[in-house]
Order: sequence, then C-alpha cells, then structure tokens
Amino acid sequence: MSSIISWLDDRLGISAVREFMSHKTVPMHRFNVFYYLGGMTLFFFLIQVCTGVLLMLYYRPSADEAFESIEFLVTTVPFGWLVRSIHAWSANLMVFFAALHLISVYFLRSYRAPRELTWVSGVFLLFLILGFGFSGYLLPWNQLSFFATKVGTDIAGVVPGVGEWMLRFLRGGDRVTSATLSRFYGWHVAILPAITTTILLFHLALVQIKGMSVPSKAEDEAKTRTPMKFFPHFALRDLSGWIFALGVLAALAAMLPWELGEKADPFAPAYANIRPEWYYVFMFQTLKLVPGGEMMGIEYEAIPIMLFGLAGLLLMLVPFLDRGRGRIWSIAGVLGLMFVIVMTCWGYASLVPLYIVLLTILLLAVFAWMTRPAEATR
Amino acid sequence: MDVSPVPERRRFINWFLGTSFGALVVSVLYPIARYVSPPHVPEPGTAQIEAGTTDDPEMREKGFKIVRFGADPVIVVRASETDYRAFSATCTHLDCIVGYQKDRNRIYCNCHGGSYDLTGRNVAGPPPRPLTPFKVNLVAKNNGPTTIVVSKA
Repeated sequence: MSSIISWLDDRLGISAVREFMSHKTVPMHRFNVFYYLGGMTLFFFLIQVCTGVLLMLYYRPSADEAFESIEFLVTTVPFGWLVRSIHAWSANLMVFFAALHLISVYFLRSYRAPRELTWVSGVFLLFLILGFGFSGYLLPWNQLSFFATKVGTDIAGVVPGVGEWMLRFLRGGDRVTSATLSRFYGWHVAILPAITTTILLFHLALVQIKGMSVPSKAEDEAKTRTPMKFFPHFALRDLSGWIFALGVLAALAAMLPWELGEKADPFAPAYANIRPEWYYVFMFQTLKLVPGGEMMGIEYEAIPIMLFGLAGLLLMLVPFLDRGRGRIWSIAGVLGLMFVIVMTCWGYASLVPLYIVLLTILLLAVFAWMTRPAEATR
Repeated sequence: MDVSPVPERRRFINWFLGTSFGALVVSVLYPIARYVSPPHVPEPGTAQIEAGTTDDPEMREKGFKIVRFGADPVIVVRASETDYRAFSATCTHLDCIVGYQKDRNRIYCNCHGGSYDLTGRNVAGPPPRPLTPFKVNLVAKNNGPTTIVVSKA
C-alpha cells in the first residue's frame, strides 16, 4: 500500500496536498454555523449534476417530444419520478442555500479585503444558478414553463437598445418555439455547467487560499478558542450535514413529487393564478404593480427591470463600494431583504413566505447551538 | 547618438503582431456572434382565416376562442349574437396570452393582471398599449351555420 502511495506521490505530489490539508483550520466562534452554508450549496450542485446527467438519458429536447419524454420518465422508467423530483427539489434548495449563504456573507461583511473576488465570483455563481433555474424551467414544455419563458425572455426584450437582439438571441427566433427549447437545453446542460464549473473552482480555490473570514465582531472570541482542524473534523461535520440533506431530499421527492402540469399550448390563454418559481415572485409582483404606459418610447415596465439589473450590479460590487461604512450597507441590505419578503408575501397573497423566513432563522439558531465551538481552552 | 534601426523595426513587429492577433480574435468571434443570432426566417403571410362558426359550442359557452392566425394567436370574442370582435391575443405587457372573462365583460391576462375592454383598449393593470385589432366578417353559407372570418384590419 505504502509503495503505491509513494509511487503516486512521485507523480502527483500528493504529499503537498496532504501537507496543506493537515494545516488547514477553521476559526471557532459563535457565527460558525454560517460556514456550512456554502458547502451545503455545493452539495446540492453536485446532486444537480448527477441527477441532471441521469435525466439526459431519457429527455428529448423538442416541442413535440419534450413533455411526452418526461411523462414517460415519471410514469414508466423505474425510479424516473424519483430522479426528476430530486432534481427539482434540489434545484430549489440550491437556490435557497445560495441565497442564505450570500445573505450571511453580506451581513457579516466577509466580502472585505482580501476576499473581494470571492464575493464577486459568488454573486456571479448565484446569477448562474438563477440562469439554470430559468433555462431548466422550460425543458418540461408545460403550460407554466411556456409562459414563464415567454415572460422572462420578453423582459430581456424590454431593455432599450439591445433588448430586441437579446430577445431573439434567447428565443432562437421571434417566438417561444421548439427552437427556444433547443437553445435552453444547450444552455442548461452545456454552456451554463461549463461556466459554472470554472467559476466554482475559482471560488473554491479562493476560499482555500484566503481561508475562512472571521467576522469583526467575533475576532476576539476566535483568538481565545482553538481553531478546528478542517480535516477530518470540519469535513466530517460538513459530511453529516450533507447526509442529512440527502435524507431531506429523498423525503421531499417521495412525499411531494414534483408536478408535471399540462403540455404547453401556444394557443391557450395563461391559466388563472399563474406564477413563477418562488425566487422570482418578488420581481413578478413588482411587474404586476407598475401601471402601463410609455414615456419617450420606453415602456414603464422597463424601469423596474433596469432597477433590478442595477441592484444586481451593485450587489456584485459591494466590496468595492463599502469603504468601511458598514452600517449604511447593513441598512440597505435589511431594506432590500424586506422588500423581497414583502413582495413575495404579496405575490402569494399569504404570509407563508414570512413564516419560512422566521423558521429558517430559528433553525439556523438551533444549528448554531448544536455546532457551537468547544469551551475556550487557551 | 547612434540611432539604431532596431527599435523602429521592433515597433513595427509589435504593431504587426498585435494587429494580427487582434484580427485573429475578431475573425473567430465574428462568426460566433453571427451564428448565435438566429436568422430571420420569412413566414408565409396570412391575410385571413376562418375561425369556426357562430354555433360553435366552445364559443357559445366561454364567449371566446383563440385561433391561429399564421403563427400568432388571435382572440375572437362574442360580444353579442351578431357582434364578434377579434384582437391579437398577445398581451402587450410581457407577451402572455390573454383570455376573455364573460362575467366581467373584459379581456384579461392572467400573468400580471392586465385588462382590456372589448375595443381592445388597455383599461387597467400594466399593459402599455391596446391589443392590435383584427377585422371580423360573418359569412352566412347556404343553409349552413354562419362562419366567422378573421382578417387583418
């Protein structure tokens, strides 16, 4: 065994990696629970890759066959329903955890120097995840996906100047047709995964190079506690979280299998109470509220759309804009978050989204207590 | 001072290689950019279509029907026994397909709650413009039911 290891070491330099791993530590303090969120997002991404590859074996990307191929998959293929449901649930949980990860990093101001690029790449990854959500949504070619794509691509078309080109680029023509489906499939299974994998590796490498950020409020505490070895202690904690998440996924997929809906009909009105996926509801509700009209050739709906674009850009540039005056950014973050929560509740005409936010905070507190660092030993 | 021709030549080579490399990048990117922009495919022009008959049960029950006008959806609304109206069924807000609410006598889009009256005018919600109207002719056939003919206005 040892001769094999030394043979490999001569060729791969494993000992350098082992050396690095053995020195890697995680600082211990009361905000430790937030260190698990990125890893959890990564876990759901890996689940998406595995289940996505399995779905590709049966899926046929054309308007005539897409819906039928998924119908066959969930009704006839052994465990087809399970693979599809896990893919759908894991997609939602990935968005959820990516958002939670972003929110925690934002409020702990972990984006400060020298981690600006980690933040920028992370925000970019979140946008890519939303792109995955949007492109994957069309693939089953049901009524909901058809209208979501019509609206989503039309939103791109509203942008003055480049709008029309973007609309045709996204749709692969003037309308949402089979050509759009081919395009979205290409994005979903090839282009986005390639870009995401590259940026993800960059993001993870930066986390390794710069280590975990310690929030300024916990700096004193972290100095008094012994850091935890990443390998094996922290990695095992990550792993137990992943196994728990796999159980949750299996339970959700089995008890609440993802609906297939009805096949898209380009000649039927949108059905009542049609609504996008939860993470787009705040934008959807905002668009509902803006009255119709045009001003100098620009339609009113273009204004909120461009403001959302601007907000996304600002979010990405926060590390460069936050010049030590963290309070302003915290207040802006709270206001932004409140806007999203209020609009989402309004969009659903229910308080359930708010309860989910409160439940999340409660669960995070419970996990923070469960994974609390050991008593100070120094 | 000895003015050597070498820097001159070096400058030329830098410029030459630089622009050649730029040209190479452009010659790769240009076809890709053109490739991903879908070509305009000419569509057969549709001047008029038959949208069924006035005794169509779907039309009588729901008060409207969506028909194909070429590749686009057109909504035909039954305002009264003898008054039929047709509009583009594509909402001017964000491209959803509208329906007709008989009880409230309005054309309504379920996506973002845009509503139009029976002249196609946007009366409430986010749509920025009225629906494009189409012409409707009722053509009575010998002994048969009356056919609804929709044509470009």
